[in-house]
Amino acid sequence: MAELARGMRSREYSSEEVTRHFLERIESGNGRLNAFVTVTADRALQDARRADADIAAGRGGALTGVPVAHKDIFCTSGILTTCSSRMLSNFVAPYDATVVERLAAAGTVLLGKTNMDEFAMGSSNETSFYGPVRNPWDEARVPGGSSGGSAAAVAARLAPLATGTDTGGSIRQPAALTGLTGMKPTYGRVSRYGMVAFASSLDQAGVLAQTAEDAALVLEVMSGFDPRDSTSVDARVPAYSRELDAPVKGLKVGIIREFLGEGLEARTRDAVESALDAYRSLGAELVEVSLPALPLSVPTYYVVAPAECSSNLSRYDGVRFGHRCEDPKDLLDLYTRSRGEGFGAEVKRRIMTGTYVLSAGYYDAYYLKAQKVRSLINADFRQAFAQVDVLMGPTTPTPAFGIGEKVDDPVTMYLNDIYTIGANLAGLPAVSVPCGLVDGLPVGLQIIGPHFAESRLLAAAHAYQRETDWHRRAPQGWA
Amino acid sequence: MSIEWEVVIGLEIHAQLATRSKIFSGSSTAFGAEPNAQANLVDLGYPGVLPVLNREAVRMAVMFGLATGATIARRSVFARKNYFYPDLPKGYQISQYELPIVEDGSVDIVLDDGSRKTIGITRAHLEEDAGKSLHEGLGARSGIDLNRAGTPLLEIVSEPDMRSAREAIAYMKKIHTLVRYLEICDGNMQEGSFRCDANVSVRHEGKHEFGTRCEIKNLNSFRFIEKAINYEMARQIDLLEGGGSVVQETRLYDPDRNETRSMRSKEEANDYRYFPDPDLLPVSLDERWIEDVKTSLPELPDDKAARFVREHGLSEYDAGVLTASREMAAYYEDVVRRLGGEPKLAANWVMGDLSGYLNRDGLDVDRSPVDAVRLAGLLARIVDQTISGKIAKEVLEAMWTGAVDADAVIESKGLRQITDTSAIEAVIAEVMAANPRQLADYRSGKDKLFGFFVGQVMKATGGKANPAQVNELLKKLLAER
Repeated sequence: MAELARGMRSREYSSEEVTRHFLERIESGNGRLNAFVTVTADRALQDARRADADIAAGRGGALTGVPVAHKDIFCTSGILTTCSSRMLSNFVAPYDATVVERLAAAGTVLLGKTNMDEFAMGSSNETSFYGPVRNPWDEARVPGGSSGGSAAAVAARLAPLATGTDTGGSIRQPAALTGLTGMKPTYGRVSRYGMVAFASSLDQAGVLAQTAEDAALVLEVMSGFDPRDSTSVDARVPAYSRELDAPVKGLKVGIIREFLGEGLEARTRDAVESALDAYRSLGAELVEVSLPALPLSVPTYYVVAPAECSSNLSRYDGVRFGHRCEDPKDLLDLYTRSRGEGFGAEVKRRIMTGTYVLSAGYYDAYYLKAQKVRSLINADFRQAFAQVDVLMGPTTPTPAFGIGEKVDDPVTMYLNDIYTIGANLAGLPAVSVPCGLVDGLPVGLQIIGPHFAESRLLAAAHAYQRETDWHRRAPQGWA
Repeated sequence: MSIEWEVVIGLEIHAQLATRSKIFSGSSTAFGAEPNAQANLVDLGYPGVLPVLNREAVRMAVMFGLATGATIARRSVFARKNYFYPDLPKGYQISQYELPIVEDGSVDIVLDDGSRKTIGITRAHLEEDAGKSLHEGLGARSGIDLNRAGTPLLEIVSEPDMRSAREAIAYMKKIHTLVRYLEICDGNMQEGSFRCDANVSVRHEGKHEFGTRCEIKNLNSFRFIEKAINYEMARQIDLLEGGGSVVQETRLYDPDRNETRSMRSKEEANDYRYFPDPDLLPVSLDERWIEDVKTSLPELPDDKAARFVREHGLSEYDAGVLTASREMAAYYEDVVRRLGGEPKLAANWVMGDLSGYLNRDGLDVDRSPVDAVRLAGLLARIVDQTISGKIAKEVLEAMWTGAVDADAVIESKGLRQITDTSAIEAVIAEVMAANPRQLADYRSGKDKLFGFFVGQVMKATGGKANPAQVNELLKKLLAER
């Protein structure tokens, strides 16, 4: 993407040409992958012509004219924002999310909105109302989720980059399963305004791209304080793309003991360990660290996230927007049928779980206890970062699994996020970097940093990508 | 012999804070706009939008806390109260639950016998109001107006310290006075800016345990509160004396029938599933900011009343009446200042004739046709003896309708008091000459006839003769032979 933008600025090709190229790829490839819910071809060409005019007038920036796909969780003015739910299948937002606004202001071209797990609840993109997304590396397999459409689109080169959101691993896990660089910044780094809420204390927008450099260029535009989001942080955003060359030599890397034990598939482990070796040879200092509370992150997450979602999704009542049932008899009928018809099974499961854990008599045993465990996990990370600069481990326990393989077993499905959820609970930035192939399927190395250490993570990822070419590999037939 | 019952009352007052925009959105809070004209995407609970706290609402809550001697929480937390209702767009109300911004305050009320009683304030917390459901003129359908949704409220929860409807009213009026002094609420009960729910229970006098309570919802006039509490108290006593028991429930007061009716029982009550709102950071207040708010507080009603007693020599009762509203107190003080003293005279006129006219015409003091400048002008003519107090009443009446100065009325109507000794003596001489029999009787010892002569002189002068001079001169002339 960075090269693409340079090519446009040096007038080798125009944004319109580039945009047409991607629209053609979407046209021919999306039928197989189901990565897009909405393709905005006309809008894309308009955006591209404007970008070309800006470049011609010498007003081109690093992202001017670069096509981008937005996860269908970001509100886009005048364009459907469905969250891949029947509930919002008719919802046209009257405004742009801050992320959308900032990327548009930077001159990017909107290709369309990508498929996702319904309301971002899922790890396989199988809960979408619009059907599952297929992994371009093996179309019988899932691309991961919930930002699966964004991941499949970028991996199959239908888009040079895409936005995503990560509540429990929804950027990093699909990035790992599709061979991409996926970054979830620090909680509060990117505004949540206009991002349809799943679990507000965990949701964070980020990016899926081919390289750490691309991710850096996009993140420095997306990030920053937004007065419309009280949880966004008012702190300077470094120019990530200019800090990519910080040396890895002397970097203290903590290897999370709890992430290398039982449950980690052997060849995924091998790939991660060879990535760690690469860091060692780059001069990093590797030490094993233990975060004893971290294995509790999955049960903790499955209390906190459903609790918040049960409340966040109460606004979908069939009254003001979204799906409304036919001929409601009375108010209760309007509520129960609109919601019953509008939400899919996984969303209902989480609303019910969340309602239960917040109920009188259960609050202390579940919600409050989960918050206490969350503090313990935070404390573990704090202690670890007192000793090391970054933490490393696998992003997922296995490469991509088959479509339909885990849908009937939510707990096994939930365990797919076992390595990613901790960073969400602690609000930490984390990136997944492609580090190998297992049976032709990508696996990812996860790098977690202290709050606001995005630069450090991106530089570490960039250093690795200068030594390796895993991030350059494209799925067969999609190069 | 019948058992003595005691009623126990606690009030939850909802005061709408007088901020220009809503508590979590930039929409206007002005009353009376077209339905939904003042509801933006945040108020409508659109997907993706987020609440942003209005700092002004926080400042107002802190003002209230400081004015009631309460503890101001250095850290308070907004929580979500979850329930479904069409006028609640998000499906939850943002309120404060475990960590409210204000705790442990109190106010003093004056009881009917003049004694004082302290009423505890358990807490006061910030929350957003819901919208309104409209049922009129829409046939079988209901409409929703979300203009009110997101309006900032301060919910002020009292201790169960009140023992009669009169005490409850006194407390409510006290809070009403206070929020208006602080200018944090316009106190308009008709528009719902100031309303309350009452928790009422009864018990045998002398008992320590509380009885089972009922909550009476949405009382928006002082008169209704008194009637509703008295009705509810009688209902509960009847139940208990009839061998029944009180069921904990929420009841609604119907002013047309003067009764309370069951809305929902405890069993039917919602489980609100409160939890901290992850969209809002905890509110952290630093000492300097709180100190700044403290210094910005106006003189509070109790302090003002104490000063009127101390510096003006008013009675506690008068001081209490005059300070019941900030505007009335300001009017009174303005009169005294312009008059250069005479606080008792000013107090009597403000509380007496002026308040009489205001009540008659249903006007607030700041809308009085006779402003403080003019009333002071009138009272100055009493002080300098241009007119008597009695004539002054006549002048005030003319000023009220004619919107003119006292002096203009006195001149045009020729009401200037006669203080010229020779003029009064001449009138007295005429009266004596016209009433020889009474004069003879008086001189033979019928002292009571003195009043008759005073009356005749006043009548002859059209009431304008200075009464003190008339007395003095009459005594002298009647005694002369």
